[in-house]
Amino acid sequence: MNSLRRIVALAIKELLAILRDRKSRIVLIGPPLAQLIVFGYAASFDLNHIPVAVYNEDRSVPSRELVARLTGSPHFDLVAQLDHDAQIAPLIDNKDVLMVLHVGPRFSADLKRGKTARVQLIIDGRNSNTALLALGYLRTILTDFNIDWSREHGRRGPPATLQIRPWYNENLLSRWFIVPGIVGLLMLVVTTIVTGLSVAREREAGTFDQLLVTPLRPVEILLGKSIPGILIGLFEGSFILLMVIYWFEVPLRGNLGALYLGVFLFLLSAVGIGLMISSLAVTQQQGILGAFLFLVPAVILSGFATPIANMPETVQYLTLINPMRYFMVILRGVFLEGDSYALLFDQYWPMAIIAVVTLSLAGWLFRHRMN
Amino acid sequence: MRDAAVRMRLAGMIRKETLQILRDPSSIAIAFVMPLVLLLLFGYGVSLDARHIPLAIVVEQPDASSAGLVGAFQRSNYFAPQTFSNIQTAQQAFDQREVFGIVWLRNDFSERLLSTGEAPIGVIVNGVDANRARITAGYIQGLWQVWLESYAHSQGGELAQPVTLEPRIWFNAAVRSRDFLVPGLIAVIMTLIGAMLTSMVVAREWERGTMEALMVTPIRIGELMIGKLAPYFILGMGGMLLSVAMALWLFDVPLRGSFWALTAASALFMMVALGMGLLISVVARNQFVAGQVSILVTFLPAFILSGFIFQISSMPEPIQMVTHIIPARYFVAILQTLFLAGNIWPIVLGNSAALAVMMVIFLGVAWRKTHKRLDA
Repeated sequence: MNSLRRIVALAIKELLAILRDRKSRIVLIGPPLAQLIVFGYAASFDLNHIPVAVYNEDRSVPSRELVARLTGSPHFDLVAQLDHDAQIAPLIDNKDVLMVLHVGPRFSADLKRGKTARVQLIIDGRNSNTALLALGYLRTILTDFNIDWSREHGRRGPPATLQIRPWYNENLLSRWFIVPGIVGLLMLVVTTIVTGLSVAREREAGTFDQLLVTPLRPVEILLGKSIPGILIGLFEGSFILLMVIYWFEVPLRGNLGALYLGVFLFLLSAVGIGLMISSLAVTQQQGILGAFLFLVPAVILSGFATPIANMPETVQYLTLINPMRYFMVILRGVFLEGDSYALLFDQYWPMAIIAVVTLSLAGWLFRHRMN
Repeated sequence: MRDAAVRMRLAGMIRKETLQILRDPSSIAIAFVMPLVLLLLFGYGVSLDARHIPLAIVVEQPDASSAGLVGAFQRSNYFAPQTFSNIQTAQQAFDQREVFGIVWLRNDFSERLLSTGEAPIGVIVNGVDANRARITAGYIQGLWQVWLESYAHSQGGELAQPVTLEPRIWFNAAVRSRDFLVPGLIAVIMTLIGAMLTSMVVAREWERGTMEALMVTPIRIGELMIGKLAPYFILGMGGMLLSVAMALWLFDVPLRGSFWALTAASALFMMVALGMGLLISVVARNQFVAGQVSILVTFLPAFILSGFIFQISSMPEPIQMVTHIIPARYFVAILQTLFLAGNIWPIVLGNSAALAVMMVIFLGVAWRKTHKRLDA
């Protein structure tokens, strides 16, 4: 009973220490919100208004129709019409356009004779992902053109056609994928920083020794220090989730309880890692450095922006100890795929193990460091 | 006489900062170990090239023509197909996230292929990761095209398509995502390191009270700043060179532009990053806030808003304006161009000019904000 009272008292003191300072308060609340809004709109792989140029040497009706299909697409903006070869390279080099569509002089003649007409597409490959996506959009435009041309001119279409249907995210909006991920990203950053610096701050201020002469036992100090991290993470996480649902209008199709079980386990493991950093760091600078050394790889290797499946096998094994990896699956599973507890079981237990291991390691390090 | 005094004060300040760096190895760790570890992790960890995508192929009626299509998937490097005989079991695997997509050949596939010539191939992809879904759909389309041609050949004909596309992908013919991600990562890592190195230094002096000790010396603010920045600049450039060497020899990214242009642009960017860190620590005056701010304003913006992975021109207009205040944006453009495309001066010089402006602003504001007064 007394122990509980001591822990609560310490937790309140910790919360006050963080929230009393106006700058710390602003830093905890302002930037994460601003980042949610900015990143929510910025972090997207979808291509819109890609600048393109057209070099049409065959000024006939069919070639104009093909060009019109390109310029009519919301993905592309026509910024230049070229009239000779030498204009292509500078436009691409200087990033004035992402790609140039080149229709040769024999285009309509070949098309009318029933011979396959060729068009060239020159793409800036400096960003290979953008290049592949733009190529994909253009392929779709061309396939539609082919089907329509064949139908209008009584020619046989291809013997088999593809009917591609994406599930869970029918319009393939990458925002639906990225924005739920940002919830995990910001929760991880805030929680790790709050707990990662909590002991070092006291060590530098000299109040840590005072804490040691109080009747608090090491485990109680640790618990008292972890509660504020969880509370702040829970509060911010919930607020960000509300924004994701009501501001970004990402559909929440699954079970909210299943999501919150994930949130809780994720926070526990983040706090465990933060406290481990905290007990190792002597100065706040080391604490920040430790938090950084954990956060950056944790974000990169979580599947937040690039799929884990694309990584080399050894790196994939490394991601297994990253709690954010599991939380990303839970967030997206609950939001888009409509998952509930059963389908997410394989994500819960590794996070629970990470939480137990990091929290007990933090406790051990803590006692070890004090003696 | 005055010059000698300035030199002496500067030398003393630089010596003090250098000793401080050497005593607390965490700065050296930031400058050298961090780029090494991060570039290794990122270089191998961040990839947008899909390989061996697990795919379910449902063949309701196995025969020669469906076997041809299944074979095309099996031979492809992009896919790791598993065959199913009905859609229900395939869908179970899809729901359990064991496969990323389903290709569905219904039992009338071969019949319709031979008769009407419009056999539908149903494709379902998991759209949660929209980018991966698009890339996968693109690979399936490419495979379908190749299969159509070989099918036409096997029927003793040519595939008569009205128009075909001949894509030429410049600067990166093999479409390796690593070639554009690694140069971008250098910009992200250097932003982190530059800002991390300096963001805590002034805040630490305020917190420890040693700032007051510095104030009573005759040192001027300009000298104080140069003294603090010089050792970190050298450390940061060392980390930068290490990253470039790794990009060239470990990740095999080609360097098609001038090495000296790269070095000059890097030095400029390093000054911007250090200036940003210094400004943070001058304004924050407290290591907790300085650390938190430097994580929030450096890593994530450099990761998301710099054009390193997400295309800036596709962002909404107001967000595009925001990206103009992210220094990494200009450096990413310079790096991707110098590494992959060569010395394209309009891009290199234009972005360098923007970096120079940012450097002047950051250092100027930091200079104005540093007062040798306790009450300010």
